Amino acid sequence: MNRSVVDLWVGIFVAIGIAALLFLALKVGNLSTAHLSESYVLTAKFDNIGGLKVRGPVKSAGVVVGRIDDIQFDSKTYEAVVTLKIDQRYRFPKDTFASVYTSGLLGEQYVGLDAGGDEKMLNAGDAIAKTQSAVVLEKMISQFLFNKAAEGQEKQ
Amino acid sequence: MPERIDPLRRLGRGMVNGVWRLGFASRFLFAILMFSGASFRRLHLTLREVFVSGVLSLLIILVSGLFVGLVLGLQGYETLQRYGSTEALGVLVALSLTRELGPVVAALLFASRAGSSVTAEIGLMKATEQLKAMDMMAVNPIARVVAPRFWGGVISMPLLAALFSAMGVLGGWLIGVVFIGVDDGAFWSQMQASVDFRYDVWNGVVKSFVFGVAVSLIAVFEGYDSVPTAEGVSRAITRTVVTSALAILALDFVLTSFMFRGTS
Amino acid sequence: MPADNLVDIEDLHFTYDGRPVLQGIDMKIPRGKVVAIMGGSGCGKTTLLRCIGGQLKATRGEIRLGEHRISQMGHAELYRVRRKMGMLFQFGALFTDISVFDNVAFPLREHTDLSESMIRDLVLMKLEAVGLRGAHRLMPNELSGGMARRVALARAVALDPLLIMYDEPFTGLDPIALGVIGQLIRKLNDALGATSIMVTHDVQESLLIVDYIYFVAEGRIVAQGTPDEIRASRHPFVHQFVHAEVDGPVRFDYPAPKARDEFLGAARA
Repeated sequence: MNRSVVDLWVGIFVAIGIAALLFLALKVGNLSTAHLSESYVLTAKFDNIGGLKVRGPVKSAGVVVGRIDDIQFDSKTYEAVVTLKIDQRYRFPKDTFASVYTSGLLGEQYVGLDAGGDEKMLNAGDAIAKTQSAVVLEKMISQFLFNKAAEGQEKQ
Repeated sequence: MPERIDPLRRLGRGMVNGVWRLGFASRFLFAILMFSGASFRRLHLTLREVFVSGVLSLLIILVSGLFVGLVLGLQGYETLQRYGSTEALGVLVALSLTRELGPVVAALLFASRAGSSVTAEIGLMKATEQLKAMDMMAVNPIARVVAPRFWGGVISMPLLAALFSAMGVLGGWLIGVVFIGVDDGAFWSQMQASVDFRYDVWNGVVKSFVFGVAVSLIAVFEGYDSVPTAEGVSRAITRTVVTSALAILALDFVLTSFMFRGTS
Repeated sequence: MPADNLVDIEDLHFTYDGRPVLQGIDMKIPRGKVVAIMGGSGCGKTTLLRCIGGQLKATRGEIRLGEHRISQMGHAELYRVRRKMGMLFQFGALFTDISVFDNVAFPLREHTDLSESMIRDLVLMKLEAVGLRGAHRLMPNELSGGMARRVALARAVALDPLLIMYDEPFTGLDPIALGVIGQLIRKLNDALGATSIMVTHDVQESLLIVDYIYFVAEGRIVAQGTPDEIRASRHPFVHQFVHAEVDGPVRFDYPAPKARDEFLGAARA
C-alpha cells in the first residue's frame, strides 16, 4: 500500500479515536459539568453514615452543590467525619442542617444540606454542627417489631 | 526402558518451561525498548503497523461495540424497569463500558484480529529466514520488524477501546432512547452525574493501554519465539490468542482491584 | 595458494547442545576467488558459513576477515563488518511483503543516505546484472524459484560487498536455472572484485565455476583442492561424492544404537 494512503488512514483513525475519547470525557463523563475547581471544604460529623460513598453528591433543595471528598472515622468520638467539597458559588448559614438521605427506596445515598436562618455564613474549613444520621433499615424494622410486641403484651 | 513421563514430572517440566519463557519474554521486552529508537525516528515504520493493527481492526471493533451497547441497553432496561428506575439506563451502559467491557472486549478482539496476524507475520518471516537475512544485512530485526509492530499495537489499543466504548454508549442510547423511549435528558444527565472522568473514563484508558502492551508483547514474542515450521507458526498463533485472553482477564482483575477499591 | 587471504579460519570448533558440530576447521579463502565448501547434508557446512557471518559464535578457534576478528566481536562491531558481506539464503529469503524493487533497495535505504533517484538507478543496475530489470514491480510471490534466487542475489550484492556467501544456492532449481545461477555467481564475483564462499552439495555445477573446493565431513575438512585435482582425486570420500555412490565412507544409516538392543529392549519393557 502507498505510504501516503497509509498515513491518511492512520490520521483518520487517530482523529476518530481521540474524538471517541473526548466524547467519553465530555458527553459520557462529568469533565464538562462537575468541574469543582472553584470549591471550599466543610466537614460534618455523623453518628452513622449508612452507605455513603466518597464522590457521592451533596444536595441542597435537590440541587447538587458539591461532592463528598473524604470519609474518615474519628476514634475519639466514634463518629464518622465526612469532608464535603462545596461549589464556591454557594454559601450556607451557620445553623445549616446536614443529613444523610437516600434517593428513592433503593437509590444512592447523599448528604442533604438544609439551610437555617442564621445571619453568619459557614466559612471554608468550618464544621457543620447540626447533623442527622442515616436511617438504618434494620434498626427501623427491629424498632417496629419491638413496638408491635410491646403492643401485644399490653393487650393481654 | 522406554521413557515414561509421569504426570508430576510433566507438570514440573511445564512449569520450568513457563518460567523460562517468562524470563525470555521479559528480556525480549527490554530488547524491544532498547531498540525502539528507529520506530520513532522513522515514524512511517510504526505508522504502517498502526494501519495494520488499528485501522484494519476498526470495522470489527465498531460493529462489536455497537452490538454490545444494544444488548446492554436491552438487558439493562429489562432489569431496571422492575425497579422503576429506567432513567439509570445511561449510567448502567456507560459505567459497564468505560470501566470493563470497553477495554476488555476490545482487547480480546484486538488479540484475535491483530495480535494473531502479527504473530503469523513474524513467525513466517522467521520460518522463511527473512529475519536471518535481515540480520545478515546488518539490520536488527528487533528494531526493524518487532519494535514497530509492538508500538503500533500499543498506540492502537487505547484508541480502539475508546471507540468501542463510545459506540457502545451510542448503541445503548439507540435502544433505550430511540426505540424504547427512555427520556433523552435523563439518560444523558444521569450518566454524566455518575460517570467520573478521572475514575471511570481515565482508568478505562489506563487499562486499555496496559492490555495493549500485554497483547502486543505476547504477539511479537510468540512470533519471534515460534518454531520455524508451518506447524510451529500455527501453534504460536493459537498461543498468542489463548495467552492474550488469559493475560487480559487476569490483568483486568488486578487493575480493577487497584483502581476501584473503596469507591462506588 | 597466495598469501593474500580475505578469510582466514584457524582451528574452529563449534558445539551445539553438547554435540560437536565443527571440530578443528582450518581454511583460507584468497581474495577474488570463488571457494566451495562441500559435504553431505548435516555435515556442518552451513554452520561453518553461519560462523563466518558471525551469526553463530565459535566455541573455540579464530575467524579473521581481513583485519577483523569475527569470533571476538560485539554486536555493533559485527554489524559494521556485515555491511561488507552479502549473503544469499537457501531459498532467497526475500521480504514477501514488499516488491522486488524494494527488496533490492532495502539494504541501500537502511545503510545509505542516497536520494531516491540514486537508489532507483542502483537498484535497476543490480537487477539488470541478474537480468530481471523488467521484473522490478513484481511481488516475490509472483516469481519462480530461480527468479527469486536471482533477485536475492541482486539484493545480496546491493552494497558491493567484499565477501559474498551462498547457502545452498542451487537447491530446488531446474537444470537451466541452476546453470544461470552458477554463471551469475562467477560473473558477479569477478565483476565486483569480490570473494565468494559457496556452501553446496551440487558437485557437478560447482566444479564448473569455482576456483577451490573444501570437503567437510563430520565437522572436519577431509579433502581440498582445485576442481581438476578433485576430479582426479583417489580419496574415497571425494570419489564417493563426485560419483554419487550410495555407500562409501559416508554411511547410509544415521548413527543409532544396535538394532538388536533397541528392538529387544523395547519388547522387554
